[in-house]
Amino acid sequence: MPPLPSLKVAVIQFKPSKGDVEANLATLGSVFAQLANAERPYDLIVAPEAALTGYFLEGAVYERAFEAETLAQRLADLWRAQPGAGRAPVDLVLGFYENAGGTYYNSALYLQIERTTHRIIHIHRKMFLATYGVFDEERFLSRGRRLQAFDTRFGRIALLICEDAWHAISATLAAMRGARMLIVPSASPGRGFATGGELESVLHWRNVLRSYAVEHGIFVIYAGLAGFEGGKGFTGSSAVVDPFGETLVTAPALGAVVLSAEIDLSDIEVARARLPLLGDLHAVLPDLLSEDDPEALAGVAPEIVL
Amino acid sequence: MSLPVIEAPALRAPALHIDAALATEWLIAFLRDELVERRNIPRAVIALSGGVDSAVVAFLCARALGPENVHCIRMPYRTSSPDSLVDAQTVIDALGCPSRTIEISAAVDGYLQFEPEAGPRRRGNVMARTRMIVLFDQSAKLGALPVGTGNKTERMMGYFTWHADDSPPVNPIGDLFKTQVWQLAKHLGVPERVIGKPPSADLEADQTDETDLGITYLQADRILSLMLEGFPDPKIVARGFSEHEVRLVRARVESTHWKRHLPTTAMLSNTAINEFYLRPVDY
Repeated sequence: MPPLPSLKVAVIQFKPSKGDVEANLATLGSVFAQLANAERPYDLIVAPEAALTGYFLEGAVYERAFEAETLAQRLADLWRAQPGAGRAPVDLVLGFYENAGGTYYNSALYLQIERTTHRIIHIHRKMFLATYGVFDEERFLSRGRRLQAFDTRFGRIALLICEDAWHAISATLAAMRGARMLIVPSASPGRGFATGGELESVLHWRNVLRSYAVEHGIFVIYAGLAGFEGGKGFTGSSAVVDPFGETLVTAPALGAVVLSAEIDLSDIEVARARLPLLGDLHAVLPDLLSEDDPEALAGVAPEIVL
Repeated sequence: MSLPVIEAPALRAPALHIDAALATEWLIAFLRDELVERRNIPRAVIALSGGVDSAVVAFLCARALGPENVHCIRMPYRTSSPDSLVDAQTVIDALGCPSRTIEISAAVDGYLQFEPEAGPRRRGNVMARTRMIVLFDQSAKLGALPVGTGNKTERMMGYFTWHADDSPPVNPIGDLFKTQVWQLAKHLGVPERVIGKPPSADLEADQTDETDLGITYLQADRILSLMLEGFPDPKIVARGFSEHEVRLVRARVESTHWKRHLPTTAMLSNTAINEFYLRPVDY
């Protein structure tokens, strides 16, 4: 089946109840009820990093982590329980702490839910575990080892979790591997009040998301956790950015909201025709890398090294 | 031909400017989260000294909870400056919040009569700790959470009584330098006489913070800001501070790390609390 030309996207920005998975599933259920009722069905729903527990768990991460299959079943059941949910399939992206057979990750899953079946299309495990300052992820979690773009009914997509996306190379590799849409579940504690109007950490996010969208001609969907955890306030600021770098819709830093946007995937071709930087990169990257380390090409430039 | 040269500006002291409106919105959300959502205690009790820190906290709490839910307690000792009471009253009047004045002289003197040789520092500490006894008891009586008023400058300089001023469970201004608290105070509409007066712990006659500390808050804050960001002392001096000032601030910070921690507990197991057994405060 050819990829759909356009899709309707919802981004759920909310504050989870700390460590209370059942309460947070119930919250998601009530938002699902709202979304399942929409006149035009949503195709893709995105929730933030650590959406079922809150972000700062320390040692409690081992008590609150989910096995992906178990979580997928719970989410699929929750979605199907809502009136109107059976009209069309929906794809769901959600960040969670994962128990993978006794190894724990900060993960995001991409789940496709049909009328009676569901399928985990992809699990991304956070690679850049924030372990500095207020962050201590690597003390409790294992690092993901792979950045993959994967095929969905909307074309190829890649997931990055929070700090993954602060490294420009992550977005670049995702785009080179064919991702046309970058989805970023995140939990970003706000800091920096010196600039006017917005927190410095929020401004940084906005800048990097827009720059990735423009440079690679991709859609970028950012889902930010909201609310305070022990004095650290997460900055929400969820957003949908188109391949021209325009922010189609964005949320405030504070508060729970749903963002809704209809995105036209054919914009990608228009944007890339206007600014073909990704094509240029495919052409030039082998030269950029070859003098230093030919082996570094492996997996980076697929038309050169398959 | 020579081209015009555009010089990079010399290193300057940090301005420590904050967007006060943005910070206010953030701190109101923080207070609502801590008091209402997390603890279901929609009332605050604040030790109102007449100074700018407690005034700012009272204004923030009034915005977050409504002034009727902010209980301001004035706790003068017999040697406290009468101006402190008056200044605190201007805050109470401006907010229209419930208030009470509870003299601590009898309680403080009740103990100190057995310690007549106690000098000003010990006497000041007894006053500060007595105020916290009162504040926490009023908290239990009123069903209101004590909200702390210590700023980042005094926390970093160790200029507070351990387990007294720093004991309330929630503090909205503890990550703001004094000069940033002043900015916030102006934005919030704290009475000008409270903002403009010389900061004082008011534990001894004619005491001011800046005399005690040996440096102005403006200089201390700029130096602290650079220190906390990790700049070495010579780089801080290069931004226009004297070596004496930098040494003074560094010595204060380095000698008071213990005041910013819980008590040191001997570790004997693999499950020592906050060493091995780690759970976030809001879990």
